[in-house]
Amino acid sequence: MLYFSRWKALSIVVFSAIVCLMAVPSLLPQSTYDRLPGFLQRKIVLGLDLQGGSYIVLQVETAEVRKVRLEQLRDDARRVLRDAKVGYSGLNLQGNSVQVRIREGQDGDLALTELRKLALPVGGALGASGQVDTDVTRDGDLFTLTPTNTGIQARTIQAVSQSIEIVRKRIDQLGTTEPSIQRQGSDRIQVQVPGLQDPSRLKALLGQTAKLSFRLVDTSMSGQQALQTRPPAGTDVLYSQDQPPVPYLIEQRVLVAGEDLTDAQPGFDPNNREPVVTFRFNSNGARRFAEATQQNVGRPFAIVLDNQVISAPVIREPITGGSGQISGSFTVQQANDLAILLRAGALPVPLQVVEERTVGPGLGADSIRAGLVASIVGAIAVALFMIATYGLFGIFAVLAVAVNVGMIFGVLAMLGATLTLPGIAGVVLTVGIAVDSNVLIYERIREEARAGRSAISAIDAGFTRALATILDSNITTFIAAAVLFYIGSGPVRGFAITFGIGIMTTVFTAFTLTRLMASLWVRWKRPQRVPI
Amino acid sequence: MRLLRIVPDDTNFDFMRFRRISFPISALLSIVALVAFMTLGLNFGIDFKGGTLLEVRWPNNTLNISDVRSKLENLELGEVQIQEIGSEGEVLIRVAQQPGGEGAQQAVVQKVRDALGTGVEYRRVEVVGPRVSQELLSHGIIGLMLAVVAILIYLWFRFEWQFALGASIANFHDIVLTIGFMAIFQIEFDLTSVAALLTILGYSLNDTIVIYDRIREMLRRYKKMPTDELLNQSINSTLSRSVITHVTVTLALLALVLFGGRAIHSFSVTMMFGVVLVGTYTSIFIASPLLIYLGVTTRTMAEAAKDDEKTEKAGRPAAR
Repeated sequence: MLYFSRWKALSIVVFSAIVCLMAVPSLLPQSTYDRLPGFLQRKIVLGLDLQGGSYIVLQVETAEVRKVRLEQLRDDARRVLRDAKVGYSGLNLQGNSVQVRIREGQDGDLALTELRKLALPVGGALGASGQVDTDVTRDGDLFTLTPTNTGIQARTIQAVSQSIEIVRKRIDQLGTTEPSIQRQGSDRIQVQVPGLQDPSRLKALLGQTAKLSFRLVDTSMSGQQALQTRPPAGTDVLYSQDQPPVPYLIEQRVLVAGEDLTDAQPGFDPNNREPVVTFRFNSNGARRFAEATQQNVGRPFAIVLDNQVISAPVIREPITGGSGQISGSFTVQQANDLAILLRAGALPVPLQVVEERTVGPGLGADSIRAGLVASIVGAIAVALFMIATYGLFGIFAVLAVAVNVGMIFGVLAMLGATLTLPGIAGVVLTVGIAVDSNVLIYERIREEARAGRSAISAIDAGFTRALATILDSNITTFIAAAVLFYIGSGPVRGFAITFGIGIMTTVFTAFTLTRLMASLWVRWKRPQRVPI
Repeated sequence: MRLLRIVPDDTNFDFMRFRRISFPISALLSIVALVAFMTLGLNFGIDFKGGTLLEVRWPNNTLNISDVRSKLENLELGEVQIQEIGSEGEVLIRVAQQPGGEGAQQAVVQKVRDALGTGVEYRRVEVVGPRVSQELLSHGIIGLMLAVVAILIYLWFRFEWQFALGASIANFHDIVLTIGFMAIFQIEFDLTSVAALLTILGYSLNDTIVIYDRIREMLRRYKKMPTDELLNQSINSTLSRSVITHVTVTLALLALVLFGGRAIHSFSVTMMFGVVLVGTYTSIFIASPLLIYLGVTTRTMAEAAKDDEKTEKAGRPAAR
């Protein structure tokens, strides 16, 4: 048990040293770190609770996905029935489905075949599930289209993927360092922005769908009148952003939509120096906008963002250049943010903030200091106690624990793991528990010596018997750490990581370093008596 | 140098006789803990209760707490807790969950910010919506149960079922007492508390297993010894280790309690109680004596031990 071949001893020392050294890049200043070769550029990431920053969880609402899908189904149903020249009446949303009644004497079978074409296999044409995203049923001349749950689920997952892209584009525009945007579960997006102190602007940016559309204003009656009576078919009453909001009667038909924008930039109106957003259409958008403005000179059109009228200018002349500007008495910041939103594109569905945690840099720095002080005080106290109890063997134990802590940080760096304040607590706790493995060994050695063994044989037996126990007891603690890693998030997961790694390094050092030190000492001194 | 020796060699306490005292005491304490849990309830933190939490600092003694109180009361946000912390003009503001879904929670932060005006430092802002808080709570409970079951299965493979059951009862006892402690002192119960509970669980088991390991070893070696005496000897021979390890863990935890900062204070205090007070007591006075009631005797173990030895011998060269 005590014998180590030279090569084995050497490889233990070298391996431990390398793992410890992996922690070094994390301690270097950024400029030096950047000059390291690629394989050494691995470092411990400080958690948001230590470096400050914002953690935000956004949720895609299934109800919204369903709503968007229903509206889309309604528009599609209108289109296919029109194309097939089937007369219908009363096309509308009924709860979770779309209903349409075809006129008397129309071809019901044709309508059914056409409407059935709207049901697509879930997961696209390659989807192997064989399920469709819409159920189409017929009851006499009444047709019902209902989105299936699997269809909605697939759309939710898709909406999350699309939203992640758009959220990333929007956040990148803020110019923050290293934001992390990840999917969480099936319907959530987790956003972490280090160093962000006030996330209200970020939340405002993410809280908008940013669906932009250019539509004509219906001038057959005023917005007020439409509110009092009923808006004509094919129009909606939308409000402006003014205080108090002014109602406008807007056609549902979209002349050009936000998808046809290629660029948007904040700027100033050359005439009155007001902040505006200038934009440029792609060729499709430019052509359609030119056509629409040619046909409607003299009529007002509205620029609508998320069902709010930003402005409603009158078309003085056809706009054929493919570019334009939006003015809506913005502040500079508003113009800036609108440009960001338009450039990044619209979210497929609105996102809801369900969790937010922001730590200011002051608290983060305080936590680092507290963690550092606690670690140092704890380590020194434990070290002194061990040396007082076991003398020379206590020093061996302290050395082993020091290497152990070095290795924890080395492994953290290699994994690029996040260190949080509870994570530091995990390290401190590991120090306390790592010592336990040494205590187990030494106490066993003492016992064996008392039972009448010679010093060398007692040390040998002590290691042999204690190591089995160490393995058993640490595996159970490791199970607890693994479960914690699985259920925890953020800081708690940070604790689970350091605690779990700490258990592994503890077992490693107990089996190798502590034993190696004892064995070298035994070979050197040839002791007659156990020194503990 | 004379070395420190906390526990003298060759102690011979009759731990088994203590069970006549320790079992009723534990039963009583467990009942107290359960009653405290039922009546006082746990002081759920924002993770599990949802709502909004702001830690705000007024620089250079500009804090006027009654002014802050009246400003926040004017907002009519329902239950608002305002607590002065530290000595540097820091205030912890807790706003209960608002009716009206996720969006309503988000609005609170803006309202409070507007009310408090500029010139203050927002050290921490947390908003947890109703859905997330419910999920965190159920995940926490599931996690705790999962851990107990996983450990039970491991122990069942590694030891005989009596040991696994004994350890689990001891485990359960630890968790009940710690939760009772948190209820009585109204220590905030949040995700880090679940972390603390799981660590207590792992640590207490660690302790129990060290003793169980020794019991098993003794069972193999002394096939004729009365069970009482065998258990006693096992505990006595590991007593020095239990105490020393305890001191080291206590030292580490004490450093965390005293210097670790407020963010992990409830974590450290809970750990201190669970590990230092309950954990070891359980291993020595509950987990080990329990084995007698679970039918661990030198005779019943003889067969199982034989099988074990075989597998262990077979596995040993690999471990070397």
